[in-house]
Amino acid sequence: MAEKKPKTRTIAVNIIARVEGEGALRVTVKDGVVQDVELRIFEPPRFFEAFLQGRHYDEVPDIVARICGICPVAYQMSAVHALEQIFGIQVTGALRDLRRLIYCGEWIESHALHVYMLQAPDFLGYDSGIAMAKDHANIVTRGLRLKKSGNAIMTLLGGRSVHPVSVKVGGFSRVPRRRELEGLKDELLWARDAAVETVRWVAGFEYPDFLPDSTFVALRSPEEYPFNEGQIVSNNGLQISAAEFEQHFFERQVSYSTALHCTLQGSSYIVGPLARLNLNHHQLLPLAKQVLEDSGLALPLRNPFHGILARSVEILYALEESLRLIERYEPPPLPAVPVVVRPGTGMACTEAPRGILYHRYRVDGDGIIREAKIVPPTSQNQGRIEQDLRLFMPRLLNLPDKKVALACERVIRCYDPCISCATHFLKLDISREGAA
Amino acid sequence: MTGSGQGKTIRIIGLGNELRGDDAVGLLAARRIRGRVGDRTEVIEAEMAGLEIVELMEGARAVILIDAARSGQAPGSIHRLDASVSPIGSMVFPHSSHAINAVDALELARTLGTLPPTVIVYGIEAGDTETGHPLSLQVARALDDVVERILQESETIACTNSI
Repeated sequence: MAEKKPKTRTIAVNIIARVEGEGALRVTVKDGVVQDVELRIFEPPRFFEAFLQGRHYDEVPDIVARICGICPVAYQMSAVHALEQIFGIQVTGALRDLRRLIYCGEWIESHALHVYMLQAPDFLGYDSGIAMAKDHANIVTRGLRLKKSGNAIMTLLGGRSVHPVSVKVGGFSRVPRRRELEGLKDELLWARDAAVETVRWVAGFEYPDFLPDSTFVALRSPEEYPFNEGQIVSNNGLQISAAEFEQHFFERQVSYSTALHCTLQGSSYIVGPLARLNLNHHQLLPLAKQVLEDSGLALPLRNPFHGILARSVEILYALEESLRLIERYEPPPLPAVPVVVRPGTGMACTEAPRGILYHRYRVDGDGIIREAKIVPPTSQNQGRIEQDLRLFMPRLLNLPDKKVALACERVIRCYDPCISCATHFLKLDISREGAA
Repeated sequence: MTGSGQGKTIRIIGLGNELRGDDAVGLLAARRIRGRVGDRTEVIEAEMAGLEIVELMEGARAVILIDAARSGQAPGSIHRLDASVSPIGSMVFPHSSHAINAVDALELARTLGTLPPTVIVYGIEAGDTETGHPLSLQVARALDDVVERILQESETIACTNSI
């Protein structure tokens, strides 16, 4: 009997984007078995690391805010915390609260964009948020207004909404008056109700039955749901400080991507809303806790598709937290703690909407950046996305390539990677070897 | 984000990333136009805005959007597209640049019925978009040109549709 010729099927998904990132997915299937999954990502932070060298430390917040159009606050927060560690500065009290508040604004804005415009269309059977808006204008309008409420916080505290300009090492260039913050309250109260509706809406979606065994990594803080501070913990017993990050998390170059893959002790892991919620749900405020409980879902949530639910719960939490912070706000005596420059190296991790964002800087005695390292959440999730695709693919193999590609995009979108924006506009190329 | 428009305002919105070479051109154009327009015209530097464009256009009578473009033409080529009545398509802005790009934002606003009556999009063909690079010579030249054209056009709109 002649040896059977192996059937190789390659599914290539080309992703294009200009700023947030660009990449492509290539899946190779041989004789009905998934052989390779390669997610290629082009990552702007790598170029910014070099760009930051030789810059004065006070330029850093403004430069890093331009790495990502969706999470400028996260980049600023990790940067200022790392630099403050070098200079021995502690930001406390109202200034610390304002940093949490501006981070709330970014989570609300980023999560609402993803939930309503990028991921909900997958569950409701639309190609895009625009197509969904034709049939569900009220829902999309609610999502846009919710997003805008986060934007309002960022505009007030950051000066400009898309790229906050007033965050600086030691605090802010200006702090708001109490009256200004109170002006946000009515809209945030509306948004809190809309966020409750959002969780209920999303909890009613139909989720694929998919329960991979994942390691979740997030910050954990003793007294609050994490934004700027905390230990890096996992569901497998990890508990370290940001200063120890590089002793536990390793980046490796893969031939098919300009992004480095980050692993925890050699394995892939998840960062972002699902990980945060699983590791910190006890720190949610009462309403988010209640609405999550009402959804009937048991924690930990292992299904990556439930990321949209975690994201929705976090929108609600961020609104509750914003209102709490505004309620107790008293303007600090100074908008920023004075900085005395000294040389050294500092590391910080904060919780970007997509997960932990690590920064390390080495600064000389003149306050000039000599070295910068940035590990964004998307490169941390990359290994896990590939692993999920490997596990999810077998159930798709009988489908036509176009449907396989769409299903792969949906898996990728669960992680809200910076490339998720582009995956609504994919082109599909298929090449086959043998009689597939 | 400024102004409540009240349906009388002309709004000029510049998009782009200041640190990425020619990608900054829309932003720089808006910056130059600011101060050279009358009080019925608002100028917004929206940096890497995507979906925010829907909000930024709200309530305006006319909007002129300026962004870097890539359609395969020579760097510095200027495209002028009228999005008021029908979609401008994705031939000029094929990349999903900022999560949801200008073209998507326009179509979303159209779907939701919030698109202003007049929407003109200026796209300046980008060449070099490397981090840290300045504008290329061709795009710097086009910037002068596009600023004058937009000033002229905004004045024309102001005259034609004034209430």
